[in-house]
Amino acid sequence: MSANSEVYDLNVNGQKRQVRDAWVGESLLYVLRERLGLPGSKGACEQGECGSCTVIMDGQAVCSCLVMAATAVDSQITTVEGLTSDNSLTAVQDAFITEGGVQCGFCTPGLVVAIEHLLDTNPDPSQLEIKEAISGNICRCTGYGRIFEAVNTAVSTRRANKL
Amino acid sequence: MTVLIPQSLHDALAAATANPDAQIIQGGTDLMVEINFNHRKPTDVIALRRVDEIRNYVVTADKKNVVIGSGLPYREMEHGELAKLLPALAQAARTVGSPQIRAAGSIGGNLGTCSPAGDALPVLSALDAVINLRTASQSRDISVHDFMVGVKRNARQPGELIISATLPINNGWQGYAKVGVRNAMVISIASCCLVIDRIKGSVGIALGSVGPTVIRCRETEQWLSMQIDLKNNSIVAPNLLKEFGDRVAKESKPIDDHRSTAAYRRHAVATLSRRLLTRANTQ
Repeated sequence: MSANSEVYDLNVNGQKRQVRDAWVGESLLYVLRERLGLPGSKGACEQGECGSCTVIMDGQAVCSCLVMAATAVDSQITTVEGLTSDNSLTAVQDAFITEGGVQCGFCTPGLVVAIEHLLDTNPDPSQLEIKEAISGNICRCTGYGRIFEAVNTAVSTRRANKL
Repeated sequence: MTVLIPQSLHDALAAATANPDAQIIQGGTDLMVEINFNHRKPTDVIALRRVDEIRNYVVTADKKNVVIGSGLPYREMEHGELAKLLPALAQAARTVGSPQIRAAGSIGGNLGTCSPAGDALPVLSALDAVINLRTASQSRDISVHDFMVGVKRNARQPGELIISATLPINNGWQGYAKVGVRNAMVISIASCCLVIDRIKGSVGIALGSVGPTVIRCRETEQWLSMQIDLKNNSIVAPNLLKEFGDRVAKESKPIDDHRSTAAYRRHAVATLSRRLLTRANTQ
């Protein structure tokens, strides 16, 4: 398979999306935001250090700024916009609001995606596992305390919803 | 610009041989930073993310070595069988970036970039890893010591792909330690790997981020093997431990840069190496 033309397809949030008139060296983050109209993933450091561009690719949380978009043609990509199919909020998003886990909000989409990925693979994480899972997501406002509270609340909500 | 995404090792080797100047991309955690900041604008790219043959590991039939595919993500080395076989590699893997980076980054990437700060490289050096390189028609093995040539320079020839690293399953203690400005998401200021071979009675000490490439402390290794019986778990006396760290620091060649100072790095490798030797004697 090759993407040597300027037109290629990406599977984003369950839909096939065509990317055209784009330089094929562009990062997935840039393509999501500027070519596909999905500005939920944020660009801050562009070098994989801040985690604000985190998306799920083939079941793994990755920094979309470090993925060459044209190499992701056969991958399944989920962005923060695709966490729910309607406009409802996930338990994690809801917990961020109720626990005050959002201040400036710039890091929030990346954190939400990283935490969704954590809870999908480990529904009852220890505090250490939570810290580890979001160690690649930098927040400069909250001091993380309220974000940890949000994760704990989301764990309880998700457990209750399953019963 | 073209992007090729070969679906097998055969196709990847054919692509690399046909276009020796193509830029190889594995996890993207180094290359994409350069592209994002306009430091590099490749014309042709070969992406290895769908080459399954290099995204696994095998234990050799004689159970003496592990052959790790160059594309195996660090995430896969943190826990499980591989972590039991190669504890120092598991410890190094856990210090790589963040979960997001460890899902993408690989030994092949560390070797390809060949930064002296590559977290896996001191482990490969201390264990005398052998690197396999291939073209469509040829295969060669090269010692990791010969592979790492200089700062971000290696012995890979145009058209070659880095296929695997072969590491011995060691019978003695092994460990890895690293210093950065915080616990997670940090490029090392200094790192150290210590491997004791109890059968041979030898020790391997390798340092990261304190020289143009990873440094093996051959003189200290020699000295230590004459001071204590490495075949048995002999306790290292405090005065020996002090001299050990000082000797390791003397073999480092650090510089002042944006990440730290030479003086601090010398201090750090002395402390890290002493800490590892202490752990080797108490665990």
